[in-house]
Amino acid sequence: MLAVQQPSSVPANAPEHCPGTESELAGKSAACEGCPNQDVCASGVTKGPDPALPFVRERMTQVRRKILVLSGKGGVGKSTFAAQLGWAFASDPDVQTGIMDVDICGPSIPTILGIASEQVHTSAAGQLGAMSVGFMLPSSKDAVMWRGPKKNGLITQFLKDVDWGVLDYLIVDTPPGTSDEHLSVVQLLKESGIDGAVLITTPQEVALQDVAREIDFCRKVGVRVLGLVENMAGFVCPGCKTESQIFRPTTGGAARLAKETGVELLGSVPLDPRIGKSADYGVSFLDECPDSPATTAYLNIIQRLKELLGDN
Amino acid sequence: MRLFSQGHHDVSSRLVLSSFSAPMAVAVAQDTPVSRRLSHIKHIIIVCSGKGGVGKSSVATQLSLSLYTSLPNARVGILDTDLTGPSIPRMLGVDGHGVHQSSDGWVPVYADASDARLACMSVGFLLKKKSDSVVWRGPKKNAMIRQFLSDVRWGELDYLIIDTPPGTSDEHLSLLEHLNSVHDRLYAIIVTTPQAVALIDAMKCLSFTRAVNLPVIGIVENMSGYVCPCCGEVSNVFSTGGGEEMARKEGVPFLGILPVDTELVTLLDAADVTPRDGSEIMDSGSKGFGLVKRYQETTSAKLFKNVVDKLLRRLSAD
Repeated sequence: MLAVQQPSSVPANAPEHCPGTESELAGKSAACEGCPNQDVCASGVTKGPDPALPFVRERMTQVRRKILVLSGKGGVGKSTFAAQLGWAFASDPDVQTGIMDVDICGPSIPTILGIASEQVHTSAAGQLGAMSVGFMLPSSKDAVMWRGPKKNGLITQFLKDVDWGVLDYLIVDTPPGTSDEHLSVVQLLKESGIDGAVLITTPQEVALQDVAREIDFCRKVGVRVLGLVENMAGFVCPGCKTESQIFRPTTGGAARLAKETGVELLGSVPLDPRIGKSADYGVSFLDECPDSPATTAYLNIIQRLKELLGDN
Repeated sequence: MRLFSQGHHDVSSRLVLSSFSAPMAVAVAQDTPVSRRLSHIKHIIIVCSGKGGVGKSSVATQLSLSLYTSLPNARVGILDTDLTGPSIPRMLGVDGHGVHQSSDGWVPVYADASDARLACMSVGFLLKKKSDSVVWRGPKKNAMIRQFLSDVRWGELDYLIIDTPPGTSDEHLSLLEHLNSVHDRLYAIIVTTPQAVALIDAMKCLSFTRAVNLPVIGIVENMSGYVCPCCGEVSNVFSTGGGEEMARKEGVPFLGILPVDTELVTLLDAADVTPRDGSEIMDSGSKGFGLVKRYQETTSAKLFKNVVDKLLRRLSAD
């Protein structure tokens, strides 16, 4: 009943059944009748590769590893994980790390890294760089009301115009879903090679369903799934120390999804209120609360990721 | 390490935030397929938040359940416009149902079965398998939303609740564009959690509603505090009070605080377990009823009643 559009470029003003400007049918299909772009598409110039690609490729030759942090669901801890991963990598004095926030409408990376008021940032040691639309807004109150093509334009600029320098890791934090931002990042980085994606979930079925869709997305576009991280799994009451399940895994949690889809479960991180607090204050949770079971879980996951990437 | 040395300030000065060329006109009497289709709907309430995972779908579901029981004959519709991550089918316990085509358009799925007072539409009903990803760019999403608004046979409704994805992008702009002809019946509710990261995005969402001239009924602060089931100690897992503070500062009504309620989380999450590949489509039959009954027993339902009371007062004042 519902045809799933294959990743392809569709302009903003295209008709709803646009075959995509790179398609063989571009400018020739029935849907193209009356489209303002019909002549351009029919002429064949759109079938060539994106003109930004060589610039992105050039810039990315200096970036050794590119890792995506994905989740179909929002609010499961993508940005928190991306930031922790960045801090963890950067704790090695020989490692340069960059975080690129492609959540254009809801950028959280500046707040989580504690650099929200800055316009351009390099950390004190100069080892962790970040780029986000959050640094470009006149005020954090401003809404970025953009449709896909404008978001894609900015993501292209992030990849080709930002002077990332020589990086060991580029961590890409994404918005929830499987839409413009995700397709753009994957298409732009395809030639340079994406080392893999880390998928973040919480234990509830509503989150798992969305993450299952994200796994499907990764397979469709050919991105390697490094593994699954289950956040907010269990909560230890600071009063009585009893563990309870705030977000109960009613359908078996991430473990079952991992088994069903053949994806590795990298680990489960318990809910610690200090994680959220650290994110709000822009400090590294791993450094602030080294005693927390969540820190141990994070570190194990990061260790496993390094193994999977062959960077041990 | 040199970072972002080039052209950064140029970019920032060129950021034009809104793609609307003019503010939306209020109550333009247009005759469009959408306005004809929605002509028998009294109130349209858009549930939004800049941030994902703060409880938009949970609030939308609770709103529909509460309004459903507010009057013995209330007719409620719920439209899920989160196309790449639809959660409403799961929460209403109608996961795996299909949509039928009638001569008069798509028949929504009724969560209360034969009573047919709680209608639901979501892209989730159109997927062959639950784990199929919907990989769409803007234009496709726009077309789907237009179709949801113009082709679904809602019939007469007292309330149509529209659940949205996070952000302020294609889905939101399309919704407002297509609903322009019924703008005088539109309202918004903003959901946030008390964390700073969520409040920043909620603020963006409020700026969006102002830019498109959408009246905001109020702000709901969700996930504010968690009561330990063992000792009763309240932990502010995601902090507390931020939503109320934001409402006060911005001069927007505050609708209430909802704590993390595991009972509710489980109720909305734990529809009968079906295989994720969708091989077996369950018939939940009268589960809609069960859901309403079980919902009314939760602590959240009692707290949510205050939210709905404030909402109804506002709607009747207009």
